[in-house]
Amino acid sequence: MAKIIVVTSGKGGVGKTTTSAAVATGLAVAGHKTAVLDFDVGLRNLDLIMGCERRVVYDFVNVINGEATLKQALIKDKRTDNLYILPASQTRDKDALSKEGVERVLNELSELFDFIICDSPAGIEHGAQMALYFADEAIVVTNPEVSSVRDSDRIIGILQSKSRKAERGEPVKEHLLLTRYNPSRVAQGEMLSVQDVEEILAIDLLGVIPESQSVLKASNQGVPVILDDESDAGMAYSDAVARLLGENRPHRFLEAQKKGFLKRVFGG
Amino acid sequence: MGLFSYFKNEDDPKLSAQIAKERLQIVVAHERKQRTAPEYLPALQRELLAVIAKYVQIEEDDIQVQIDQQGNLSVLELNVTLPH
Repeated sequence: MAKIIVVTSGKGGVGKTTTSAAVATGLAVAGHKTAVLDFDVGLRNLDLIMGCERRVVYDFVNVINGEATLKQALIKDKRTDNLYILPASQTRDKDALSKEGVERVLNELSELFDFIICDSPAGIEHGAQMALYFADEAIVVTNPEVSSVRDSDRIIGILQSKSRKAERGEPVKEHLLLTRYNPSRVAQGEMLSVQDVEEILAIDLLGVIPESQSVLKASNQGVPVILDDESDAGMAYSDAVARLLGENRPHRFLEAQKKGFLKRVFGG
Repeated sequence: MGLFSYFKNEDDPKLSAQIAKERLQIVVAHERKQRTAPEYLPALQRELLAVIAKYVQIEEDDIQVQIDQQGNLSVLELNVTLPH
């Protein structure tokens, strides 16, 4: 039986797909058979972030409709062993993801994989609800910014009331992943701190990903940022994946880099 | 914090992150309360409004119904603003 993990946020543009790609790749690198699924019907993007956009033949909706088998639709990652991608449909309407269809695909995947990562679309509509409904655990991706934190709280509420586990009276294990964190702005009092966000959302902290140029560079190249092991964001994602697997690692990149004497006196 | 920003902050003693945190705490607490409220609450509010409106002229905004959890009991709080 695979563990199903949804990557969700409510708000768009906070780093769900970047996180799905990084976490799935990290789990596969650690030796776990992993499938990553794009639930964003009509706005497919996971394929681009994973760098497999030119190898998409069949998609999630084709499998649900029986137009392709799962084996035909799953794309084997070229860089990382144990890793497979199921792209979203670019053309169908959002209702194409029926609850029964998604369940059937997840059940079939469960036989083959250790982890299933569900990359949720933004919002709280049908696609987002389908992505989270079957989840055992959730990674709630949040930026240290008011609208993102509020939307995360909303999506946590939906996880706690509308997921299959919630309906059965079981908890969904929720993890907070704070992304685009800028420690020097936090030090200046211009950005919510990790502690602030933890206090408001009151869920377990999985990791803090610093705002980093390497994220854009990685998406430009179609290489999950976790594979850039020299970048702070890549290392922070590796730590987060290790924690997801039960390892106890201290959080890094939470402090601003020390400024020189002149900068400290005159600001800047 | 640099010398210049130190003086700059004299005019603006509250840092924006602090303001963000306080605003979020309020709005999130409010929305959680609505989320955990029983399903009958909106209907109850409408019916109470209809009864009170028989005697006093009030608008929908003048009536607020909420349920607070206090230990092992729930308190139904009804606030009605009456016109002069």
